[in-house]
Amino acid sequence: MSAPERLRALLAYHWVLFKRTIGGALVSRFLLPVLFLASMGLGVGNLVDSASGGVNGVPYLLYIVPGLVMVTAMNVAVGESTWPVMGFVKWNEFYRAMINAPQRVIDVLLAHWLMIAFNVLTSAGAFMVVAALFGGVRSWWSLAALPIAVLTGMAFSTPLFVVAAKATNDSIYSALFRLVVTPLMLFSGAFFPIDQLPIWMQPISWVTPLWHGIELGRAAFVGGPVPDLWLVHLGVLLAYVIGGAWVSARAIEDRLVT
Amino acid sequence: MVGYALWRFVLLRDVLAFRRMWWLFASGFAEPVFYLFSIGIGLGALVQDVTTDHGLVVSYAAFVAPAMLATSAMNGSIADTTYNFFAKLKFSKTYDTMLATPARPWDVAIGEILWSLIRGGIYSAIFFFVALAMGFVRSWWAILAIPACLLIGAAFAGVGMWATTYMTSWKHFEFVTLAIQPMFLFSATFFPLAVYPEALQWLVKLMPLYHGVEIQRGLMLGDVHWGLLGSSFYLLALAAVGLWGASRRISTLLLT
Amino acid sequence: MCRRRSPALTLPTVTDDLLLTARDLTKKFGDFTAVDSIDVEVRKGEAFGFLGPNGAGKSSTMRMIASVSPVTSGELRIFGLDPAVDGQQIRARIGNCPQKDLLDEELSVEENLWVYGRFFGLSRAEVRQRASELLEFAQLSERHADKVEHLSGGMKRRLVIARSLINNPELLLLDEPTTGLDPQARHVLWDRLFRLKRQGVTLIITTHYMDEAEQLCDRLVVMDKGRIAAEGSPRDLIDRYSTREVVEVRFDTDEHAPHAAPLEGIGERMEVLPDRILLYADNGDAATAAIAQRGIHPLSTLVRRSTLEDVFLHLTGRTLVD
Repeated sequence: MSAPERLRALLAYHWVLFKRTIGGALVSRFLLPVLFLASMGLGVGNLVDSASGGVNGVPYLLYIVPGLVMVTAMNVAVGESTWPVMGFVKWNEFYRAMINAPQRVIDVLLAHWLMIAFNVLTSAGAFMVVAALFGGVRSWWSLAALPIAVLTGMAFSTPLFVVAAKATNDSIYSALFRLVVTPLMLFSGAFFPIDQLPIWMQPISWVTPLWHGIELGRAAFVGGPVPDLWLVHLGVLLAYVIGGAWVSARAIEDRLVT
Repeated sequence: MVGYALWRFVLLRDVLAFRRMWWLFASGFAEPVFYLFSIGIGLGALVQDVTTDHGLVVSYAAFVAPAMLATSAMNGSIADTTYNFFAKLKFSKTYDTMLATPARPWDVAIGEILWSLIRGGIYSAIFFFVALAMGFVRSWWAILAIPACLLIGAAFAGVGMWATTYMTSWKHFEFVTLAIQPMFLFSATFFPLAVYPEALQWLVKLMPLYHGVEIQRGLMLGDVHWGLLGSSFYLLALAAVGLWGASRRISTLLLT
Repeated sequence: MCRRRSPALTLPTVTDDLLLTARDLTKKFGDFTAVDSIDVEVRKGEAFGFLGPNGAGKSSTMRMIASVSPVTSGELRIFGLDPAVDGQQIRARIGNCPQKDLLDEELSVEENLWVYGRFFGLSRAEVRQRASELLEFAQLSERHADKVEHLSGGMKRRLVIARSLINNPELLLLDEPTTGLDPQARHVLWDRLFRLKRQGVTLIITTHYMDEAEQLCDRLVVMDKGRIAAEGSPRDLIDRYSTREVVEVRFDTDEHAPHAAPLEGIGERMEVLPDRILLYADNGDAATAAIAQRGIHPLSTLVRRSTLEDVFLHLTGRTLVD
């Protein structure tokens, strides 16, 4: 089997799984971001706009849509890179079965990451459609936010595979959501500019992927201007994706081959 | 005398089990604190002051803080009476064993609800002292804030437990999320009721969390009025109905 | 409330000796009748068994006796009390070992006993005292602080029995006590149950193992499809429904039915099973000789004593374990 054939076979499997589970995931993946949009964008937006005329002159709804696109990307990517991966590695040993077939570890991981990227893309896209109905999307340039969303999502996804390879049980994931994902959503500039934060908290945003994704996405949504640090933002995201993939591939290989 | 207040030992069982798992649950109080810092303080700079539905003008953080206190009470009790209750009811069969002793279904329901209130109460108390330290508590009425948290917790615990008895698979917990999240986002938590159109206001007033938020906001801001008594009765009624329903359902499910 | 009883009433009568009576006891789940109007009496101090295959209605009967399952119709009295009215009082005096172990995996071995005991109104001190005695009895003292999930199957079952004894029950219910245990663990368990019996605890046991029923039960009923097919001591039942000995005849074929006709008339009775033919005879050796005289040469012949398995086969035409 050539590499593309192997990849196609693996993707076919993921596609079957996707069709079976997508129904149950609609609430968390789609409905919750929309509810956030309604509550924050419309409700709180009402307060913000009447008090300060929006954020830096932008109506609050328009301000938070790019942020929520990236938050959705993060949530979907983290959700898909935690319990399901541990399931494949540990519980149903799907990965091991694949490796015993003529697949290499890297093929198996690549297929899984492609599938997660697809999940992120569709969720972020669906959210943008709804946001547009709310009046939260004003320019075709907004579509440029989609690849950025995928990149942001994958910056969380690839490093998280390490956890599935190393952890002995899944209780760490609950803590991850409560202590990492939720604070990131709240403190990475999705709902207010991070310069509102105490000075000591700002560096935390700099090292996490979400803030970089939001900065890029926000610029894309209005069609420019390109942020001064766009290369840095892009570099950080790519570093997470590539570094994470490298570390995870090694860890999974260790776990499966020994 | 046989079988006096046997719910005490359902509680005992949970305390013993919790001693091994505490680290798993300890993070539960963190979420409302994060929201207070982020939305209340970070976003507060943009919102500045807000006028409550009773005409009080307060800083945005002081407006959000009571709502997060009510939310922490809700979250704390919901976890134990839905997810954990389901696991014990359907998988580890903890209650089958208990009901073979003189214990009765309402002992199970009362014991589990009390346990959830202890946990929810701890979460709420931590949050309350954070809010106090940050200066969001404006009135001595706030002494009643923690008891009020227990009332909010009891309402959600009772109803949550009752609803859980009808669930047959983990997938059904999507419905819990579906009920809790909109309540969290729309119960006059982040913006006053006045923002809504009239028709939607009535819908919001049906939500239990709205009444919890009303009570806490009244107590912490010192804006106490008779309406809070109505809200308290509403929550109390939910707690009683939930307890009654849950006991009956435990009986139908396990004593067959 | 201190009305003096007349002397005549305090004399022991036959019914005073009865710990449990069931008349027309019936349990239905929707249209399905799990227990079909059975009559049972259990006396104090005896070991009473329900023998039957899976699905015979034994567990449903046990749950009704344990007062955790309402009676559909008929009458059930335990200690003279009606479970529908005095369920709590009855449960306080019963020890219950359900078929599944149902231990609390989140608690340690001793915590399982402590919590359970508290439900019976024992004080903290009493429960600790009793738990350490029972762990001794169940040979689990060294494991007292372990997590339950680390115990072997036999240990878990012994812990369940220890737990069921925490309230010093007058009646101990054991639903399939040794199912799933290896032979050594079964013998350890049987030994513990014998000790309890000697201490005067009444035992009600369900089992689909005839050796278990023979070992443990003074008296038993054979259950099949929710009904009682026969009642008596193991010895009685064998005498009544089987012969003293059995010859098991095997042929070197897949089917045994075609070999039945030539054996006709040897012994009192014959049962043809898929993998062997059973000839019931009081003298097994004579029957074996008769087979040889007819010029029949089976792959093997085995003479053994009749067991409850044979009783069940005779009563229902089916084997106990299938």
